[in-house]
Amino acid sequence: MAEIKRHDNRLGLWGWLGGGRWGIERYAYILHRLTGLGILLYFLMHVVVTSLRARGIYLWVEGGVFHQPMFKFGEFLVFAAFAYHALNGVRLVLVELGLAVGKPIEPVYPYKTSLGVQRPLLIAMMILAAILLAAGGYNFLSLAK
Amino acid sequence: MRETKYWTWHMAAGVVIFFLLGLHMLIMHVGGITHLFAPHGGEATSKVNSLYRDGSLFFLTTYVLLLGVALYHGLYGLRTILFELTLKPAVEKAVSVVLLVAGLGLFGLGAWAAFATHAIAIAGARG
Repeated sequence: MAEIKRHDNRLGLWGWLGGGRWGIERYAYILHRLTGLGILLYFLMHVVVTSLRARGIYLWVEGGVFHQPMFKFGEFLVFAAFAYHALNGVRLVLVELGLAVGKPIEPVYPYKTSLGVQRPLLIAMMILAAILLAAGGYNFLSLAK
Repeated sequence: MRETKYWTWHMAAGVVIFFLLGLHMLIMHVGGITHLFAPHGGEATSKVNSLYRDGSLFFLTTYVLLLGVALYHGLYGLRTILFELTLKPAVEKAVSVVLLVAGLGLFGLGAWAAFATHAIAIAGARG
């Protein structure tokens, strides 16, 4: 079996953290990774904390450690990260499957980019994420009263 | 080829998470609007409402399924990010093993808790 050729990632973390002069999709990619890492960090702790209920320990209910406003706000941030990551993820899956990117064309100069075809999908997904975020924000504020 | 398969699973897991975590978020974080699966009123995260869901076979199944796919999706995503930093093959292997062990350990813990609280909730409902 042929060995996979390995290329050195000279830019390291900056290679994916730096958006440079690329389009908004590049920044969407950076935010997708950052929200993904944030959600993963929360999720790993969430599994441990919620598993304690098997021993009758409910840390998130009224009077519990995680019922304080600071943690409620943190949960709202996780919800915001989820709203973005989920809807941008739907866009990424559609693009990965070749949907919403337009039909392939001959690379004839002046070259045309498929970004113009993809962008309405990004905008639609961000509008949906904003609606979800507004609903989560309303819920958070109504609980905070 | 193997990595392509893992990547496809990563995407498929993302689709499953979209629906299951979406439902979880609608119950927990938009509960003030949706009032879904919180028959005892008040916050969806209250102990009585949590026990109500824990006693349901539907939630037991979806919790365990969501736990598995979310751990795979999240830890494989982290592995992809780490591998992009051009690690040595031995380090890559060590990272894969650590993430696999962590994933299996957390899955075991979460699944045990889901089954244990399901039994507690059922016993509580029977009085």
